[in-house]
Amino acid sequence: MRNKKAITSLVAIFALLLFAAGCSGSDDESSASGSDDAKTIKFMHLWPEGSSKDHYEIVNEIIASFEEENPDVKVDLEVLSNEQYKDKLKVLSSSDQLPDVGMTWPAGFLEPYVDGNMFTPLNDILEDGLQDQFVSGTTEAYQVDGKTYGLPLELNIATVFYNKKIFEENNVEAPKTYEELKNVISTLKDNGVAPIALGNKDRWTGSLWYMYLADRIGGADVLNSAIDRSGSFEDPALTEAAAKVQELVDMGAFIKGFNGLADQEAKSMFMNGQAAMYLIATWDLPNYTTNEDVPQEFRDSVGYFNFPTVGGNGDMTSFVGGPGVGLFVSEDSEVKEEAKAFVKYFAEQWGEKSVTQAGVIPATKVNSEEVELPDLYLDVLNDLNSASNITLFADVQMSPDVAQVHLDQIQALFGGEVSPEEFTKKHEEALASEE
Amino acid sequence: MNKVMSNKLVIALYVLPALLLVGVLIFIPLILSGYYGLMEWDGIGAMKFIGLENYSNAIRDLKFWDSAWHSLLLAIFSTLSLVIYLAISMILASKIKGSDLLRKIYLIPMLLSSVAIAQLWIKVFNPTNGMLNSILMSLGVDSPPAWLAEPKFVLFAIFVPILWQYAGFYILIYYAALKNIPGSLIEAARIDGASAFQIAYKIKLPLIMGVVKVTIVLAIVGSLKYFDLIYVMTGGGPNGASEVMASYMYKLAFASNDFGYGSAIGFLLLVITLIVTVIIRKLTATKEEIQY
Repeated sequence: MRNKKAITSLVAIFALLLFAAGCSGSDDESSASGSDDAKTIKFMHLWPEGSSKDHYEIVNEIIASFEEENPDVKVDLEVLSNEQYKDKLKVLSSSDQLPDVGMTWPAGFLEPYVDGNMFTPLNDILEDGLQDQFVSGTTEAYQVDGKTYGLPLELNIATVFYNKKIFEENNVEAPKTYEELKNVISTLKDNGVAPIALGNKDRWTGSLWYMYLADRIGGADVLNSAIDRSGSFEDPALTEAAAKVQELVDMGAFIKGFNGLADQEAKSMFMNGQAAMYLIATWDLPNYTTNEDVPQEFRDSVGYFNFPTVGGNGDMTSFVGGPGVGLFVSEDSEVKEEAKAFVKYFAEQWGEKSVTQAGVIPATKVNSEEVELPDLYLDVLNDLNSASNITLFADVQMSPDVAQVHLDQIQALFGGEVSPEEFTKKHEEALASEE
Repeated sequence: MNKVMSNKLVIALYVLPALLLVGVLIFIPLILSGYYGLMEWDGIGAMKFIGLENYSNAIRDLKFWDSAWHSLLLAIFSTLSLVIYLAISMILASKIKGSDLLRKIYLIPMLLSSVAIAQLWIKVFNPTNGMLNSILMSLGVDSPPAWLAEPKFVLFAIFVPILWQYAGFYILIYYAALKNIPGSLIEAARIDGASAFQIAYKIKLPLIMGVVKVTIVLAIVGSLKYFDLIYVMTGGGPNGASEVMASYMYKLAFASNDFGYGSAIGFLLLVITLIVTVIIRKLTATKEEIQY
């Protein structure tokens, strides 16, 4: 009997050992490849071949030419789609296994990683003249305590796209003031056309409307200072902006059931000519210009206008927008110098390639006279060059916790479940509790 | 064979792999999530021990209780729907024409992935182009509701596909149980002059009571931890009107970056589910085992 017990425990130990060996296997492998002659940079990005083919190919081109110029460095790719990427990054960071180079979002997303000492500051490579290549206001979004932790790749501003054909048929013109916008809406409505496509299930879509109204009523700084706590969210301008949102909702400006529709569904209504206007950021430009899958007739009929002024206030060259993803270098990377050289090279190469091949508005400056682009792009690039201000998307600016309150409140505001006063009060409480 | 199975060593050897898997993949994470619930942690940086604060916050969190109420509603509806499934399978099992085909049709939703079902029903519920509202409008309803956008409808609108999704599963279980009843019993009852309803109620139902109890537990536990359709179709919105416990937990951990609090909610979800299961076992317990 004793003998049997001994065997039983032996077997158990053996099984545990097997298990432990299985766990540690991957570590051995990675350290082995790191000590090779050729240094390997692990790079994780979020543009899979299936859904973002153009991006995917540009990345591969840049990597290929980088490897050619640096024969002793290899770049190892891992590609995931957006949401999976976010989740995996979080999991990897909690086990200290971040890739050497990866992609991050600015501000609220970035901060916990910086607090946890996961990302390395990139000021040294920016000071080498790289800084001047970026559109001002883009790298700043990746700053924490004066240090920059990401090199932005994209820059998006939100504008109102509209269907010129529908506008012509109903004898209305692109509005320049809020009153004109309301006239357009009521005319369209009387003629049985849904005025504005909005998919507010995703909530940040409604936030764009609110942010623009706040910007036009209270100026460029009122929202920023409420969020960075130099001001208050109970500012009259922010309450009035909320009231204006409900005014638009009450007059039936938005498509039916917008609070239950995803942005994608709203977009398809706009693209099927079922709604006349659609407020979205410039990442959608390819759909209205170069995307061959969209009928030429529709692409020809799309125009855009900057968000109108409200009650004579506001500056139509002030935009809501911000940089999209940016590159980070991991603090614990074993090949930090090579990784830094790689992100620098990447950011330099990315600009022109991305705008001509993938239709991305890059965060680096593009000379609009030198590149061949559709007119809509040139207009946007020119608008960007003369932009007086770019206010970063509210849900990106806020900490994740407050952003959730903001997004839920946006849905409640559009759904008429809260009054404008309650809306700003909830924000103020959430922001104050984080101070 | 009997000799082999009486050897404790062999038993241990056979049980060990499964035990290890269950331990590593289920019990250790369970204990860990209870432990994380004691921490203030954003999932990335350092953890800070804060004792039971997360748990006491959760108990006072109205949003959590709202989501718990929604989960409970779902549990009640899924349990009630079992009656319909039972009736359907009684009819199917009584040798009607085409019952084989019908059984397969009922099973189809189970073969689809939840995300596909969600996409399908999002299209059905679309306020302007959707099938449901098109039918309603052609029937003369002026402005049918936007099902997924209105707080008072959204929860019930989502219940429909959730119940639809599992109908085939329960029907199949009941069908198999009913087919197991010896034909001689039914025949004897019929000779004694029992009506079809009496046979169903007094003979078939008591004989498959064991299976019914299991399905009640399955339906309730499955509802309490339900997540996928709701996450895809509304994300818990608008403004929390269709939030259930699991989607609320996910939102806290992954969207608000509040892993500690999310873990605490997850642990409470486990506790609530355990308590409800025990209550149901108690309520449905019978002393006598019916045998045929």
